[in-house]
Order: sequence, then C-alpha cells, then structure tokens
Amino acid sequence: MALTGIQIYKLLPQTNCKDCGFPTCLAFAMKLAAKQVELSSCPHVNDAAKAQLAEASEPPVRLISVKSNGYEVQAGNEVVLFRHEKTFYHKPGVFLRVQDDESPETIKSEIARAAGFQVNYVGRDLVLDGFAVEAVTGDVNKFTATIAAVRDVTHRPIILISHDPAHISAGLRLLDGEHPLICGADANNWAAMGDLAKQHGAALVVVADTLDGLTDLAEKLKDKGVNDLVLAPSSHDLGATLTLNTQIRRLALKKNFRPLGYPIMTLHAADPAYEAMLAAQAIAKYAGFIVLGHFQPEVVYPLLVLRENIYTDPQKPIQVKPGLYEINNPKADDPVLVTTNFSITYFSVANEIEGSGLPAWLLVTDAEGMSVLTAWAAGKFDAERIAKAVKEFGVADKVSRKRIVIPGHVAVLSGELEEELHGWEIRVGPREAVDIPAFMKQVLA
Amino acid sequence: MTVEIPKETWAGSVRTVTFGATASEGGTRARSLTVGGQKTLPFLHFEHETPYPPLVAIEIKDHRPDDWSPLLLDAWGEAANDPASWAKAAEVAGADVLVLALSLNDTNGQPTTPEAAVAATQAVLKASALPLMVFGPGQAEVDNVLLVAVAEATKGERLVLGICEDKNYRTIVATAMANGHLITARSPMDVNLAKQLNILIKDMGLPLDRILMDPTTGALGYGIEYGYSVMERLRLAALQGDAMTQMPMIVTPGFETWKTKEAKVGQDVPAAWGEWRERGIAWETLTAVALIESGADIVVLRHPESVARLHQAIRSLMALPELA
Repeated sequence: MALTGIQIYKLLPQTNCKDCGFPTCLAFAMKLAAKQVELSSCPHVNDAAKAQLAEASEPPVRLISVKSNGYEVQAGNEVVLFRHEKTFYHKPGVFLRVQDDESPETIKSEIARAAGFQVNYVGRDLVLDGFAVEAVTGDVNKFTATIAAVRDVTHRPIILISHDPAHISAGLRLLDGEHPLICGADANNWAAMGDLAKQHGAALVVVADTLDGLTDLAEKLKDKGVNDLVLAPSSHDLGATLTLNTQIRRLALKKNFRPLGYPIMTLHAADPAYEAMLAAQAIAKYAGFIVLGHFQPEVVYPLLVLRENIYTDPQKPIQVKPGLYEINNPKADDPVLVTTNFSITYFSVANEIEGSGLPAWLLVTDAEGMSVLTAWAAGKFDAERIAKAVKEFGVADKVSRKRIVIPGHVAVLSGELEEELHGWEIRVGPREAVDIPAFMKQVLA
Repeated sequence: MTVEIPKETWAGSVRTVTFGATASEGGTRARSLTVGGQKTLPFLHFEHETPYPPLVAIEIKDHRPDDWSPLLLDAWGEAANDPASWAKAAEVAGADVLVLALSLNDTNGQPTTPEAAVAATQAVLKASALPLMVFGPGQAEVDNVLLVAVAEATKGERLVLGICEDKNYRTIVATAMANGHLITARSPMDVNLAKQLNILIKDMGLPLDRILMDPTTGALGYGIEYGYSVMERLRLAALQGDAMTQMPMIVTPGFETWKTKEAKVGQDVPAAWGEWRERGIAWETLTAVALIESGADIVVLRHPESVARLHQAIRSLMALPELA
C-alpha cells in the first residue's frame, strides 16, 4: 500500500540539502508520494530506507507470469475486493490437468482435444490457457514422458505438479527456457523447491491448508530470495476456499500483508459437477490460476464466459460491433429491427429474435455502448444515426421490403426517421425485448 | 506465526422474512421458511454466523408450457402436464419452495381466467405442503386480475405474490396486505431503482418483513455481471445500514438461463459447445452459484439436476470450514 508524503518524509535524511532539486525533504517526499519523482534523485537516503520505500511501492498482489513459447498467462496486480469498486484486471488462467499414469498416446489425444477447444463469445475466441502435468506414479521417466507428450501437441504454458523436487527438477530441465509454474512447496520440500524455482526462473506455488501455513512458507521462501510465489490453499471445498481466498485478498489489499500478497491458485475437485461450481466460485472470488481435473467443453464454455463477464470493466461495458446481423438466416423479405450496440441490449434483442425461431435482420447502430433509452437521452440513438447505419451497412441492398422496426421506447423518432429514410416504412416495436417474439408473430407476420 | 484475520463489523443486517403459514399460523403448509438475517457477506462464517441458508425454489407452470426447452420437458416428463403432479415432482426433486408461474393463455390459447388461476394454485397447495410463491404472467392488467383472485382464495397461507414492478405494484401490494401474503419487488438491475420501489411499497403500508426484492439478473453471457455487481452493492448497502436495501434477495437464474440459446437449443449450434444437456445444466448451475455468492437468498431454478447441485453447493458453503 502506498505511503503518504509524511510517512516517506520520516524515512528521508531530513537535512533539506536541496541535492534532489527540491527546496525541502518534505517537498521531495510529497512528490515521491505522488509518484512524480524517483527516489534515486536523493543521493543521501540510506539503504534501509530505500528497501522500505521500495517495498511500499510494490503492488499489494504481486504480478506473476507463466510463460512458454509465444504464450503468457499473468495473474495478480489486483486492487479491489469487489469488481464494482474499480475492476478486476488479470483473468485467472484456466489450466487442464493430466496425470502421468496414462500412456503418451492417451495424453496426446486428450490434450489435442482440449487444446483444440475454442468457442466464440461476443467476437472473442475463448480457449484454455494451459496444461498442468501431475506426477502420480512416482516414476520420473513417466512424468517427463507425459510432459513431452503435452509439448508434442501444444506450446501453451505448463504447470508442473509434484511434491518431489527430483520430479520437478527433471520437468524443469525438459522445459528449459520456458517459465513454467511449479506446484508446489510444502513444509517438507520448500528449501529444495525454492532452489529449483530460483535456478530456473519459475514461479513457485506454496501449498498449505491454513493461512498460517501459507504465510510461514511464503516468508521462508521470500527470505531465501524466491520472489515469485502463488498461494494454493489445499482445500477442494467451496466453503473453505471462499473463506481462505477472501481472507488472503483482504489481508493483501487492506493490511498490505506481504506474505500473502500473491495470486491464489484453486485446485480441481474429484467430482466434475462440483469442480465446475468450485471453478465458478474461484473466478468470482479471487483466484489467479484455476486447475481443472476434467475437460468437458460444455462446462469449460460457461466457465470461460463467466470469466469474461466478471472481468469486464464495469466502467466500460462490452460493446458489440455495429453492423447488420443475420438471425435465423433471414431472406430479402424478412423484417429489419434496429437497436443499439450496448452488449446487454444487443443480446437481449438478438436472443429473443433467435428464440422466436423467426428470421430477421438486426441492425446494430453505434450508440457508444449505451442502452436504447440512455443513448436516446444522450443523443447517440436518433433518426440521423439510424439512417446513417442503414446506409453504412447497405441494408437497402440486402432487403426487398423497405420496412424497419424501431424500439418502442423511441417511438417518438418515427416521424423524423421517415424524413431521413425516404421510401421506408417505419414501424414501432415493443418497448421490451421479451415482447419481440409475440410482436414478430402477430404484427409483422 | 499466527496471522490475524481481518474481520469487518457491520452496522446493519439483512431483514428476516418468513413466508408460508402452517395450520397453527392460519395456513396449510407443513412448515414456514425464513430467509435473511445475515450480518456479513455471504458465507463468511468467521465474521458472523449465517442464520438461514439460501433456498432453492423450483418454477412450475399451471399447464405444460409450449415454449420451454425440450431438455426441461424431458426432465419433468408427464409430471409437467398438470400443476399438481408437477408440484409433487418438484418436491421430490428437492425444492425448498415452489414458484407457480401462471401462463398468459390456457392450452386452448384463451386468456387464463381468474378461476383457472385459483384452481391451479389450490391444486398445488393440495398436492404439496411446501411454501408457495405465485407469479403472474408479467402483463400488468392480467397479473392484477389473476393475483387478486389467487390472494383472496388463499387468504392466510402467507404466499409470496409476484412480480411487483414500478409500473405495477399497487394492486398486488394491496391484495397482499388484505390477505396476509408477501410480495416480491422487481427492479431492473439498478441499486437506486431497487430502493425506490421498496420505498413505494413500504409507503403503501406493507410491513418490511413481507417484502422480498428481485434486482433482476442476466444469465451467464447475457448480463450476469450487471446483476452480480448490483446484488453485491445492495448487500453492502444493507450491511452498512441502509434500511431500504435490507430485504432478502430472490433471483430467477432458471428463467434467464433457459431462454439462452446455449441452454435451450441442441441443434444447429457449434460442436465446440459440447454436450447439450450438461451444457444447459452447467449454464443454470454456474449462474446460480455466482448469484448466491453475490447475495441471493432465494434462487428460482428449472432443471431438477441443477437443484441437486445447488443444494450440494449450499451445504458446502454453509458448513463451518475447519480451518486450523
């Protein structure tokens, strides 16, 4: 947490020597607090004060990167407990775990299926971020063979899971040049794991079942010079995970408690349906890395959508690209409906039209991401803009019947729009999207 | 070392609301149900005990719906053919409370009559002893006519009548007051609009412990982030002591989920979407889990498998974690 000018002042020499270019140490301290100058401008500050100031300027949740050829997953640097307070910044990386007790062929086919998973959501391609390889056989060769099998199929980042430093060491050698995540350090192996993490520039997951246990390990590793840590409460339970994750995030943000100022990892659960709920909670409640034990596209899809939703900046709503959208394969004589490019507005309308089963053209205007009424009030959804969109997206070339339906809330625009769009029939639709199917069936048919 | 756990202390709490009346309370329900009473954010038992778990409601209709996903109709089978058998099946499926959602039209396409609405309600009350909510079809004039008839015919049962909105709450609130029922107040994903509607209803004289609020939610991918954050803000305001946000919250993830293409439709969708049934259930379940984490006291669901999963989640979240 940032120090105030007065707190910084207390750490300075307080000699008012002016060597920094400011008339007093206090003036310099105020500039430092405002992050307008660098501490290095003061040639007299002692090392202890330097260390303290450097620490205070670190983010409350350290940014951790997991990298491989061309891929990077980042977690951390979060600043709020609730997304409405600002926003959540780094979407948790979602990884799929495989174990080393399966044949390389089986691993390859499962990884290929999961790596090939891709769905499109509001114009974005959603995919899994990476894979985790877990040692369960105790045979180092099987572990490395499994890692090699994964690397044969995909270059996405890897998490190595084993409590045996020999396994991790072999895995790290195989992934030389990458920055994998290693999982993890416990009360017995932390020293050896810490050495490996330092040696290979890998971030290290600390695993314990209590805050005290996590804190203890994080402090020992920090003293050892391991800076890049991830915290994994070893619970697979919704209730315990919620409690621990909340406490960790609060301690980091509100108490500037350094030993827990790292991203959190949420581990898989045995039952796939329970695991899906655990992962959903982890997305909403503070996880930076999520390891799934099961790959089901029908579950990964809603999880990744939830992640998009929760990590949307509340101040910048998702906008849909303006354009002419085809719903249910419309033909030239099917109706044209118009709405704004606010994502919720678009999806409400598109979803109702889709649900009706009736074909239609949906003209989405550029209303700067505002809903119909808000945009109308702000002058971003008026006859001129609608007419402009009709021309810009060549609606007249696509349809034979020049008829356009405007939202009921802006019925007042119909007169003006008739003047803007010569030869078009302007119809006033329902106010609410939910009434669109009935309107299409009863009025437009 | 021992880490000191930061605890928040809040000035306010969520109101407790009790619905459903037993014989000794003037109704016919096997038990009444209470929600609310929290003095902390959802499931943070280390700060304060959570007196009542969130409830899972199942939505049933007065007759077999023609616009529901085939997945839902398959799951309920013939039970969905009439409200009494549907109510029984919903009870078996683990509903804590039933929501009877009246249809606009009957099976012949004629407007649902007040007599038919009353008959369906009484059939449900007779078939199942669970506490009951009755929602109108969602058109102001029709809702008023149907819900007044239902409220009068079930006087003393402490039903929850819905849905009150800013354009249409007076008649429903008045009949709830006259007949000893409760209401649910729905506002469109906005903290201030939710407060405003609660104030209007309070000003009519309905006691605050007979109001549930529905801040409206979207399904995953269809605006859940707005509903989610509005609920978090409402709950924070309640804990900070704002009396007009202290009503327990009810949301309808079942209704929202099962109109999305992902849940409703199994054909002509991308292969990457995976298996249809599990996708629909996951969509509903994960929407509902996110909502109970943000403060929902009652979630209204549609698929029996989602109900089972929510119960599992709630059990886990209500258990006091053993944290050494």
